Amino acid sequence: MSHASTDARSRTWWRENQQKLTPYIFLIPGVIFFLVYVIIPIFQSFWISGFDWDGLGEKQWIGLENYRELFDDDAFYTSLKNNIIWLVLYMLAVPAGLGIAIFLNQKVRGIRAYKSLFFFPFVISQVVVGLIFAWFYAPNFGLFYILIERLTGSGVAILADPDLVTYGIIAAGLWPQIAYCMILYLTGLNAVDPEQIEAARLDAAKGFKMLWYVILPQLRPATFMAVVVTVIGALRSFDLVSIMTDGGPFGSSRVLSFYMYEQALSEYGYRMGYGASIAVILFLIMMVFISGFIWKMVDDERKGL
Amino acid sequence: MFPRPIEQTSRTMQIGYQVALPLALILWLLPLIGVAITSVKPASDLAAGNYFGLPSALAFSNYAEVFTQSPIGQYIWNSFKVTIPTVIGTLVLSCLTGFALGIYRFRGNIWVFFMFVAGNFVPFQILMVPVRDMTVNLGLYNTTTGLVLFHVAFQTGFCTLFMRNFIRALPRELIEAARVEGVSEFRIFWYVVLPLMRPAIAALSVLIFTFIWNDYFWATVLTTSKETQPVTAGLYSLNGQWIAQWQLVSAGAIVAALPPVAMFFLMQRHFIAGLTLGAVK
Repeated sequence: MSHASTDARSRTWWRENQQKLTPYIFLIPGVIFFLVYVIIPIFQSFWISGFDWDGLGEKQWIGLENYRELFDDDAFYTSLKNNIIWLVLYMLAVPAGLGIAIFLNQKVRGIRAYKSLFFFPFVISQVVVGLIFAWFYAPNFGLFYILIERLTGSGVAILADPDLVTYGIIAAGLWPQIAYCMILYLTGLNAVDPEQIEAARLDAAKGFKMLWYVILPQLRPATFMAVVVTVIGALRSFDLVSIMTDGGPFGSSRVLSFYMYEQALSEYGYRMGYGASIAVILFLIMMVFISGFIWKMVDDERKGL
Repeated sequence: MFPRPIEQTSRTMQIGYQVALPLALILWLLPLIGVAITSVKPASDLAAGNYFGLPSALAFSNYAEVFTQSPIGQYIWNSFKVTIPTVIGTLVLSCLTGFALGIYRFRGNIWVFFMFVAGNFVPFQILMVPVRDMTVNLGLYNTTTGLVLFHVAFQTGFCTLFMRNFIRALPRELIEAARVEGVSEFRIFWYVVLPLMRPAIAALSVLIFTFIWNDYFWATVLTTSKETQPVTAGLYSLNGQWIAQWQLVSAGAIVAALPPVAMFFLMQRHFIAGLTLGAVK
C-alpha cells in the first residue's frame, strides 16, 4: 500500500518537474562525449606542452622550454609562413566561388547537372584530390607539366621545387574549396529578393554596380559562411601536404598542422610535448578567428531572440 | 534573378553561353578527367610515352589489379565499418541534444550551444595527443571502435548546431498543444518532434557519411594496420608502393572516391540542404 503511494507520488513529482529535467537528461550523453573527446583534450594539450614526453615513458616537466625551442626553430617559421600564405591565397576561393555561382545561376536546360558536376571536387576526399593533382603536376607526363612544357619550352616540376611547392598544393586545395563557396553562393543567389533587383534595374543599375550595391549585401550570410569555412580549411590544411609531398622537398611545404604531426608521431621519435606546443600555437591563431565568428553568432542570436 | 536570365538577352549571348558551359566544365574537371583516362590506360601505354592521348585499349584490368594486388577491398570495408556506426551514433546523440537546446529555455542553454559550436572549429591537432593517448589507454588504439568513438563525439558538435536550428524553426504550437493534452516530454520527442526531423536526419546522414569517409587525419593518427585502416589512410600507403604506376594510383583513387560520390548523386538535395544551412536568412 505504502509502496504504491510513494510510486504515485514520485510519478506526480516527475510529471511536475519533467519540463525542467528533460533537457538535462537529453543533453547528458552528447555533452559527456563532447567534453571527453573535444573540450578537455584542448586543456590537456596546453598542459602536455609543458613536458618533455615521448608518449610512453615518464613525463618530465620543462615549463616553457618547448616554446623557447619553438621560437628558435627554422622549421616552425617555415610552417608559420606557409600557413599565412595558405590563409591569404585560400581566400581567393570566396570570390572565385561567387564568380562561378553567378555564371551558373541560369535556368537553361541541364543546368542542374552542370551545378552538381561543378560541385563534384568537394565531394571527393582530399587524399584523392591530392593524388589527382600529384598526377597533374607529375614531371614528364602530368597534364600540367606538359602544358607548361609546350608553352614555355621547359616543364616545371612544381612539387619538387621548394619555392613553388606550397603554391602547387594550395591550388589543389582551392579546387574543392571554390566548389564549396560556389554552392553556398548558389543557394544565396536563389534567395535574393527579385523585387529589389527589378527596382534597381529600373534605376538603371547593372553589372558590377548591381552586384556590389544590391546583390552582395543580400548575400552576406553566404559570404560569412564562405569566409568561416575557408579560414578553417586553410588552417586545418593537412591532408594535401601529407599526401602530395609529405612536407618536402626539404620541409619547404610544411604547415603548422603537418609539422605538429611530424614532431609528435614521426619515425624519428615521438615528441608529444613539442608537438603539443605547436598545436597550442595553431590553436591560438585559430582562436583569433573563432572568437570573431562566435561573437558575430552570439550577436545574431541575441537579435533573433 | 541575378544575373539577368540568359533567355532575355540576345541570340548570340545565348549561343555563347551554351557553348561556354561545357567548355568551362571540361576545364574545371580537367585534372579529374585526366586521372579517369589514366586509370583505364594499359601499363604499356605509359611505358611507350602515351601519357597525354587516349588509351590504346581500355584496360579495366587496372581496376581488377588494384583489387587483387592490394588490400583495397579490406580498406574499403574498414571505411564502411567506421563510417556507418559513426553516422548512426552521431544522429542519435545530436537528435537528443538538438531537441534539448531547441525546445527548452533553461539557464546555460546558449552556453552549452556555443560550446558545441566553438568545439567544432578547433584545429584537430590540439586534440591529437590527448585523444591518441586516451585511445591507447582504453585499449582501442588501432581499432575501428576507437576511431568511431572519436568521430561520434566530434561530429556531434556540428550536428547539434544543425539539429538545434532545425528544431527552432518548427512550429512551437505543435509542442504546446501536445503539452496541453498531457503528453509527456519523452513522448513529445518521440511522436511529435522526431517524425518532423526526417529531412534534417537525411541531410546529416549524407553529410556525415561523406565527412567521415573522407577523413584522413584521424585515420592516420588512430589506426596503423591494414586490418583497421580506412581507405584514405590506405591510399597513402598504396601510393608509396605504386611509385610511378599511375594507372594503378588513378584506379585506386577513383575506387576510393566512389561511395561518397554515389551518396552525393543519390541524395543531392539533402546534401546541399545540409551544407548550405545558414547560407540564407
